[in-house]
Amino acid sequence: MSAFRAALLPHRIVMILLTLALVAWCAYSMRWDWIPKYADLALEGLWRTIWILIVTTILGFLLAIPLGLAQAVGPWYLSAPAKAFCTIIRGTPLLLQIWLLYFGLGSLFPQFPWIRESELWPYLRQAWPYAVLALSLSYAGYEGEVMRGAFSGVAKGQIEAAKAFGMSRFTIFRRIWLPQAIQNALPTLGGETILQLKATPLVASITIIDIYAVASRVRQDTFIVYEPLLLLAVIYMAIAGIIALFFKWLEGRVPVKAR
Amino acid sequence: MQSEDDNTPDRATGADEAIRVEDLHKSFASLEVLKGVSLTARKGDVVAIIGGSGSGKSTFLRCVNFLEYPTAGRIFVAGEEIRMKPGGAPADRRQIERIRTRLGMVFQSFNLWSHRTLLENVIEVPVHVLGIPKADAIKRAETLLARVGLSEKASTYPAFLSGGQQQRAAIARALAIDPAVMLFDEPTSALDPELVGEVLSVIRDLAREGRTMLLVTHEMKFAREVASHVIYLHNGAIEEQGPPEVVFGAPNSERLKQFLKTVA
Repeated sequence: MSAFRAALLPHRIVMILLTLALVAWCAYSMRWDWIPKYADLALEGLWRTIWILIVTTILGFLLAIPLGLAQAVGPWYLSAPAKAFCTIIRGTPLLLQIWLLYFGLGSLFPQFPWIRESELWPYLRQAWPYAVLALSLSYAGYEGEVMRGAFSGVAKGQIEAAKAFGMSRFTIFRRIWLPQAIQNALPTLGGETILQLKATPLVASITIIDIYAVASRVRQDTFIVYEPLLLLAVIYMAIAGIIALFFKWLEGRVPVKAR
Repeated sequence: MQSEDDNTPDRATGADEAIRVEDLHKSFASLEVLKGVSLTARKGDVVAIIGGSGSGKSTFLRCVNFLEYPTAGRIFVAGEEIRMKPGGAPADRRQIERIRTRLGMVFQSFNLWSHRTLLENVIEVPVHVLGIPKADAIKRAETLLARVGLSEKASTYPAFLSGGQQQRAAIARALAIDPAVMLFDEPTSALDPELVGEVLSVIRDLAREGRTMLLVTHEMKFAREVASHVIYLHNGAIEEQGPPEVVFGAPNSERLKQFLKTVA
């Protein structure tokens, strides 16, 4: 209610009107007649962008937990490889990683008959497994570093209290340490997930038709340059907004700090 | 492992013994923090452990539940000896975890789990360590929170509470496991002066109802009031001990007299 009232302040009303005017101008003076023809393709592309984003952030995060844990408290033979992995992933372009996997691994596999005859081959000959792998590893590399800090940042006294009440090491991890580490990391993870969204167009470079690839297709077919890109920007902003709201909701569920 | 009566004084190890510590030593590298401390508490005893900073009183308490590994000595909780490897590490992790569920620890800095509400803090160990059905644990937790005057705050997160409220919740959390012995590690030292009273009054009630406790404290007046036995630690050894009237009223040791003068 107060948010609604805040939106009605005079300067806000002016801003809203200006925005509406801009949208109206765009709608009337620019070309949008290509939309119906490409709507189905665009929806497919949008769906592909979204599932790739969701699957790779989840897989990447699951991998980031052991990577962070190994670096935070692991013995050297676990922490050293974890640190090396994070450093390499963060130190090289994602485009390079995607290409190395797709053009490298992807062209290596067919040379082995047993791989071509395996049950996995129908998947391995497509592009998306390589995209999912590359994006998951990338997210894991960045979030592994974030989780390292998050694990180290959990108050020692709370771990000690868990110990003092007879919790086993696994119970401490599951009930106290991990939930608090995730809580610590949430503000960073929200931003990183938006970065991950903005990394997804790279998969278009290995033949996957995501929403970005659809915009390119429209440009190639119709020579309309600006409108598809404008619409694309709006779509990415909308998804980014949804991600931001989702993480804000997650953070708000457990109010760890008094605000 | 030593045999049962090896260097054990002939003393009743009856069923009313809650905790016994024999000749506890603890060193950090070359620094010897505890130099052979022994104590016995029967059920219902309130043993207050006093001493200056660096006297080893907190370390002693933390050795009892193996948050620090003692270097040497023997510890019996409700008649069961904690098995130690030579050098002090627990020989059996499961045993130490089980015994810890008999010792309700209350920390100086509360250490409530900040991602859980007060009620969730209190049911955490009963449900996830002791395996008590959640509904029963909640019922009991509500009673305990009411006891420490925090019924209204059951669904509040610790960060929104005062230090005194957090410490009272921490006491409820320790009571939830129905411990054989409560371990208080300077429970009021981190509190603003005006909040000390509310926590002490909860501890006083526990003492009155016969809870066995080891109480490390700086509150001399309070120790004198609730303790059945007082131990004065100095440089990691027991300098003087006895009933509170004697330790506070007619101390023998010069050091204790000096100490009481400085804290009074």
